[in-house]
Amino acid sequence: MEFSQNRSYSTRLAVIGSGLAGFSASIFALDRGIIPYQIGNTGPLAYTTGYFDLLGYLDGAALADPWAGIARLRAEAPEHPLARIADTAIRAAFSRFCGAVTEMGLSYTVSGGKNLNALLPAGLSKPTLSVPATMISGVEALAAREPALIVDFLGLPGFSAREFAANFKAMWPTLKFARLGFPEMETGAEVYPEVMARALEVPAHREALAERIRGAVREAGEVAFVGLPAILGVHAPDRVHKDMERLVSLPIFEIPTMPPAVPGLRLRELFEQALPERGLVLAPHRKVERLELRGDSAILHFTDNFGEVTVKAEAVILATGRFLSGGLAAERDGIRETLLDLPVEQPETRADWYREDYFDPRGHAINRAGLLVDDAFRVLGRDGRPVSPRLFAAGAVLARQDWVRQRCGAGIALATAFRAVEEAAALLQERVG
Amino acid sequence: MPPSDPHSAISRPPRRTRTLETEVLVIGGGVTGTGIMRDLALRGISSILVDKRDLNAGASGGNHGLLHSGGRYAANDTETARECMAEGDILKRIAPECIDACGGLFVAVEGDDPEFAERFAGYCSAAGIPSETLTPAEARELEPALSEKIFAAYTVPDATIDPFRITLEQVNQARDAAGSRFLPHSEVIGFALRDGTILGASCRDNRTGEMFVIRARQYVNAAGAWAMEIARLAGCDSVRLLYAKGTLVISNSRMAKRVINRLRLPGDGDILVPGGTVSMLGTTSDKVTELENLRPTVDEVDRNLAEGIAMVPALASARFIRAFSGVRPLLMAADSGIDGRKASRGFALFDHKDEGLSNFATVTGGKLTTFRLMAEKTSDLVASRLGNTAPCRTAEERLPIGDALRWTTPGFAARYWFSRKDPADAILCECEMVPRSAVDSIVAEAPGAEDEMTLRAIAVRSRVGKGSCQGSFCGIRVSSYLYDRGIYTSPAGLGHMRDFFAERYKGILPVLWGKELPQAELAETLHCGLMGLDVAVPAAAADSETGDETDSETGDGAGQ
Ligand SMILES: Cc1cc2nc3c(=O)[nH]c(=O)nc-3n(C[C@H](O)[C@H](O)[C@H](O)COP(=O)(O)OP(=O)(O)OC[C@H]3O[C@@H](n4cnc5c(N)ncnc54)[C@H](O)[C@@H]3O)c2cc1C
Ligand SMILES: Cc1cc2nc3c(=O)[nH]c(=O)nc-3n(C[C@H](O)[C@H](O)[C@H](O)COP(=O)(O)OP(=O)(O)OC[C@H]3O[C@@H](n4cnc5c(N)ncnc54)[C@H](O)[C@@H]3O)c2cc1C
Repeated sequence: MEFSQNRSYSTRLAVIGSGLAGFSASIFALDRGIIPYQIGNTGPLAYTTGYFDLLGYLDGAALADPWAGIARLRAEAPEHPLARIADTAIRAAFSRFCGAVTEMGLSYTVSGGKNLNALLPAGLSKPTLSVPATMISGVEALAAREPALIVDFLGLPGFSAREFAANFKAMWPTLKFARLGFPEMETGAEVYPEVMARALEVPAHREALAERIRGAVREAGEVAFVGLPAILGVHAPDRVHKDMERLVSLPIFEIPTMPPAVPGLRLRELFEQALPERGLVLAPHRKVERLELRGDSAILHFTDNFGEVTVKAEAVILATGRFLSGGLAAERDGIRETLLDLPVEQPETRADWYREDYFDPRGHAINRAGLLVDDAFRVLGRDGRPVSPRLFAAGAVLARQDWVRQRCGAGIALATAFRAVEEAAALLQERVG
Repeated sequence: MPPSDPHSAISRPPRRTRTLETEVLVIGGGVTGTGIMRDLALRGISSILVDKRDLNAGASGGNHGLLHSGGRYAANDTETARECMAEGDILKRIAPECIDACGGLFVAVEGDDPEFAERFAGYCSAAGIPSETLTPAEARELEPALSEKIFAAYTVPDATIDPFRITLEQVNQARDAAGSRFLPHSEVIGFALRDGTILGASCRDNRTGEMFVIRARQYVNAAGAWAMEIARLAGCDSVRLLYAKGTLVISNSRMAKRVINRLRLPGDGDILVPGGTVSMLGTTSDKVTELENLRPTVDEVDRNLAEGIAMVPALASARFIRAFSGVRPLLMAADSGIDGRKASRGFALFDHKDEGLSNFATVTGGKLTTFRLMAEKTSDLVASRLGNTAPCRTAEERLPIGDALRWTTPGFAARYWFSRKDPADAILCECEMVPRSAVDSIVAEAPGAEDEMTLRAIAVRSRVGKGSCQGSFCGIRVSSYLYDRGIYTSPAGLGHMRDFFAERYKGILPVLWGKELPQAELAETLHCGLMGLDVAVPAAAADSETGDETDSETGDGAGQ
């Protein structure tokens, strides 16, 4: 039997995109009693380390205090999206978002005044503001140079405990490393973090793995912590983590791995499951094909398994990300925004997109290209004025930031989504009032 | 840094300078230098080969890999055309594993000179190149990617050659036959001369900065575009070169089975050469004055495409994974009076006798297709100077096929892996299916293998980094594996990774648009965000301090 029907819905707020910006916008809207309609294609959310960065680096130098960094941005780069948002709003965005994620069942540390120094897979660390509960012991172990045993797995490529220990050796000499076979996946053939994580949701697998870890700990001598690649469950990592700590009798921390990695997967699955329970209307894994701006509304078009859908919205938040997510497209002759062909601030020619040196600490010009917005996060048109009172933008799609080099991915996403929702709510309020 | 005047550096060598002795020092690890090393070895003459970077770091790693049938030269240089035919036949006999006898077409496109097109068959038969005339429809049936606007087409016996594999095989054969050695990262920076004789070559190890001396009975300058610089170090002005930079661009799929040549006088974007699963479009030609810091540019890529699209319209929407450049040395008009004999065949052999030297020779110019002949002529001279009368055997002797020599050939790793069916031999590079065992054998015994082999050196000897991800993912995986094996033991390994990505990037940058760009965005996120290579890593160990190593990556083109 074939279904084909045209369905039309209307909503007060439509959110396009399902990265951190899109999901956090929906969370902030729900907080305000607005029930958004969110349509988002699969994106790089599943690739993230799981760390929520506010601002980790400026000009190639690590920041212990991200707030001081933002103050510097206000003086030196006032057009940076973070520089345009008050500290109080940024703080509120982080604490609300981390709080909501924790309430939904994936615990994160309370974002504080200082950056944490969090572990990276190759034996380096980076400043970040909030980390999953399963990873916080790693921050503590590093800070105190505690003797820790890092474990990796036969057949898991791209994560080597020996590499981790070798590169940390100078500052953290008490690290030890061991390789284990993951129970029932030890032929040496490639194993995948997601498969291991799902296996560990079964108690028997946890017991089997814990026994091997205990053996490795005995052999390693003095050990106060155990570090594992991020594989401690997808749906209930806090429980898996606690149970493993109980079974091993030592604090355990996870280390992020190469994508597709478990920490991002957890976020995606959590949002897709828990937010609809809180009222969000979510069309996951769907792409908005067309967006029309009308005098009093915006119309979104997309297709699902049953045919075409249109959604009429009073306000829209565009959180479509950059090139990898499809919010922006790079053609041989220039960069375009993909839904409305909105003006994109960009370097003059393709030859100016990239610097000669890949790792130039100043970053590449193309990474600062993007949409321009006014102080209310409304997208600006070619004339420098808002394209529409109801079109807002948030997240990585915005110009004048380099979230990769500055380690401010979550910072930009959450803070700008918070502001966009605040302004959209004000607009909706006006219309009601 | 070494003293700026190289002569003074060695005229009075410091007491403890390491000195190596050999019969012949060959300078330049491209196809010609390694060809000479092999040729000499087969005559029983042992040599040391040095390259300031690594094997095929110059034009030999930055070309199309086209084994010319000679069709391209048939119109204006019959002798070169004949030579290409003859040398091609020899190479197909002695190294069939390096060659894909894919055949080639010459096609004329609307706007090209119809008279030139008409005369082509005659030129070919005069040069002894078997060629068939096709109707445009027949040509398009053979190669559906061809434009509907072609009006003339001919077949020729073009082929492609893997220049990396043949280089590795030559070095290996020379090692086995005469104990000859290859030293990577060893740059000749001066000569000690007395009474018309070179007494020693002063060298610098570019990884450590260490200076050492190589003493030989004969010195051969096979430094390609750098030959003029080397000759000048020996006080010889006869080698006069101009430099022409050529840039090529690689598509991520094979656009045609055969080599497609534009039927007109050479210009930008007029040859499309297959290499395994990809195609290479080239080449531009621009005079340059610098040999270092060579990199392909956005403009060169656009020029190649503008022309290439006329022959093969699908290039307009193709995805490109990389561009690369090489420099052709152009010999300045046979400067009469000087001993350099500018051969009609496009290469020149200088015996430097008129300049008063008795144990120095320079060979430069020529083509990949004719390198064996260049090596033969050079080795004839060197052997006779050494009083060695053994004949050249390089046209008959088969090249060796060793475990560590075969990983540069497109598709080989995948076939090998599927035939072995050992799931524990995990794939490290997914695009090119390079398994752990390949990395093991390269690290253990490939020519030029070092104790702490860089990712870049492994990449020269394999397909690592040559697939559609250009190493962004497998670079991380191979490094982890090298740490696991205990080959990398410190943050210097991260430095090698950083170097490798920075080098690959130079070729990726000019083709970043469309579908390729999001991949690069993800790569940067991984390399910086996840790995921390932009900020936290000691910029590569010794390499970057000594300059050349990280500066000028020309190629690694053909077969990529
Ligand atoms: C490998 C990796 C590691 C990372 N690590 C960290 C980290 O350690 N710390 C940190 O803070 N951040 C990290 N991030 C960044 C973070 O995950 C976000 O990418 C970033 O914050 C930007 O979020 P965003 O929501 O603006 O954009 P994106 O995450 O890019 O999301 C955009 C979304 O829009 C969707 N979309 C685009 N066009 C349409 C359309 N027409 N219709 C419907 N949907 C559409 C896409 O499918 C996608 O879901 C990492 C990202 C990556 C890729
Ligand atoms: C863009 C391009 C495309 C081409 N396409 C084709 C083709 O399709 N078919 C074909 O037949 N030919 C082609 N050619 C020509 C062919 O590539 C060259 O003729 C051939 O590779 C030259 O090899 P070589 O060994 O003489 O020189 P090179 O390969 O340039 O080797 C010289 C080496 O000397 C080293 N060196 C320099 N200075 C020093 C020093 N001081 N100490 C130690 N070592 C030093 C360099 O690092 C380098 O590795 C092409 C050339 C270019 C540039």
